[in-house]
Amino acid sequence: MLRTEDLWVSVGDRQVLKGVNFSMKYGEINVLFGPNGAGKTSFMMTLMGFPRYRVEQGKIFYKGEDITAYDIYERARLGLGVSFQRPPTVKGVTLKKMIEIINTNGADSAGVDAKIEKLNLGGHLERGLNDGFSGGEMKRSELLQLMIQRPDLVLIDEPESGVDIENIALVGEAINTLLGKDKVKDQTRGALIITHTGYILDFVNADKGYIVFDGNLLCRGNPRDILSEIKKHGYRRCAECR
Amino acid sequence: MPVRNAYLSEIQALADKARDKRALYGPDLDLSRYTQHIERGKVESLESLSHQVKEAAILSGMNMKEENRSGSFLQIDQSVVYESLNKAYEGQLEMMSTPAALDKYDWLEEYYWKAVSADQDKYTAQAALNMTHGYFIRVFAHQKPQYPVQSCLLVAENYVSQNVHNVIIVEEGAELQVITGCTLSKSDAEGIHLGISEFYVKKGGKLMFTMIHNWADNFHVRPRTKVVVEEDGAFISNYVLLKPVKSIQAFPVAHLKGDRASAKFNTIVYGLKDSYIDLGSRIILEGKDTRGESIARTIAADESVIYSRGDLIAATRGYCLAHLDCRGILFSEKAKIFAIPELASHGSLKSELSHEASIGPISEEQVEYLMSRGISQEDAVSVITSGFLNLDIPYIPEFLDKNIKEVIKATAKEAL
Repeated sequence: MLRTEDLWVSVGDRQVLKGVNFSMKYGEINVLFGPNGAGKTSFMMTLMGFPRYRVEQGKIFYKGEDITAYDIYERARLGLGVSFQRPPTVKGVTLKKMIEIINTNGADSAGVDAKIEKLNLGGHLERGLNDGFSGGEMKRSELLQLMIQRPDLVLIDEPESGVDIENIALVGEAINTLLGKDKVKDQTRGALIITHTGYILDFVNADKGYIVFDGNLLCRGNPRDILSEIKKHGYRRCAECR
Repeated sequence: MPVRNAYLSEIQALADKARDKRALYGPDLDLSRYTQHIERGKVESLESLSHQVKEAAILSGMNMKEENRSGSFLQIDQSVVYESLNKAYEGQLEMMSTPAALDKYDWLEEYYWKAVSADQDKYTAQAALNMTHGYFIRVFAHQKPQYPVQSCLLVAENYVSQNVHNVIIVEEGAELQVITGCTLSKSDAEGIHLGISEFYVKKGGKLMFTMIHNWADNFHVRPRTKVVVEEDGAFISNYVLLKPVKSIQAFPVAHLKGDRASAKFNTIVYGLKDSYIDLGSRIILEGKDTRGESIARTIAADESVIYSRGDLIAATRGYCLAHLDCRGILFSEKAKIFAIPELASHGSLKSELSHEASIGPISEEQVEYLMSRGISQEDAVSVITSGFLNLDIPYIPEFLDKNIKEVIKATAKEAL
């Protein structure tokens, strides 16, 4: 589904990714762990095509296509989606307007209403995007937009950050719905999730985990085992593993 | 009984002394260029107007079928060609040309040239010395016509100086909505529009005034507006300029004389071509517990220059609260925006005045955020810009919304 080859990326003068080789299959949920500044978000933003993240070397393949030179919206239209850790505030554009734009065919209006209700965002529709939203409201708004956008691979940056314990279950449930994990069929949607705390693993059944360290991917394995190691030893051993 | 001749003579004498008085702001204009005078006859209905005039009127907010309107007033160049009150609202309000009202009501002396001074500058002087109609609207006490009155002040010929004087009186406990469009039927017309507007909102009254300006490359505009609001009265102004103009300079004033009076100005300005735009709003908070708000959204494209002014003046011994919000986006390296907010408190110990002013580009982060949802860059800029300009003005026709989007689409590319 997604593959990167020897991906070198810089932001300004800083090298943020140093030859990342990564691949994941359709329907997989992969998790990225790593200390602050290791390159997790940079990897995600590069996959999505944000121009600030300049690819110096290497390639990104999605659904068999080389998308390295694709614009953000072209990648989105090809089936990539992103849930931001801290999405920007867009005051003049209401959540309702955004939903209308994303749901361009408008055929799924009944489904949209149900999704809004499920994520408890009915009271936020007339507000500017993320304008005064709490951490949990932002995450729910992100996931609502993605549910309507229906990407095949969703990149989720720290779904639990700024979310209180009560809302984490709701966010986890929304991710499962987004990925179609609540259904028997249609298990082809995948996710790449960045998590610091690992709380989200209680709600989402992840297949693989990686540690991102100093601009590269290390320690592929069972995400729960990786989390357990991190809890015991922190990221100190990563330096030794390199 | 008409207004006393002696009073009218006093006004003329005052104006005469200010014939050459430069305005405080805006380029100084030579008014002697605009000498064309055209008298026109009345028309039976708005539908019977020429296609060109109708199209221009529609684009400035006029509903030619007069649906959902309590009255209509149309002036072309120097002549009132149509005035009609919806029969359902007779007895609730009256409307006529200002000269007709001066002929009819001697008490109009208390209002005519009382809020705006005839000797303020050469433009008020010209309007006082050579008034060419304008409308008089009065809503009777405690009457609240359901639908707005619509007016259109249109210039159809070259070298016309349209010198209108508008008076609106909202009597005690009454409410009125007005949609007024000022426009041209020839896109290359050269001329000037001088609009004197004196509005009076009596105790507990409410006036919502929406003005759509559609000018063109060679046209100058100098409106002079003052609104006097008595206790518990409310004034709301919505102003929209989306077409090029050679120059426009206006600084309308809302004077909140009565306790608990309020005023709100919403201004949407899109500077195109080499337009020179100097617009603002001033709120004088004199009564106790008065409230004011002034919101301006400006976009400067092409080689336009925009001055966006805002003044809040506290002059009450009681409490007052007012806020100024003035934001601009520059779409072109050749365009300029000057945001000039001013706050003043004249011994008003309890006044709370605040402002926020900003000029900046369209946020790249916001554009990319929308793009990550599958929206193209051009569409993302258009959506964000439309949102920036969206002040939720009621009774703004749908086409205006469409018009905003078209203008944005045509000019936003430069901003990327």
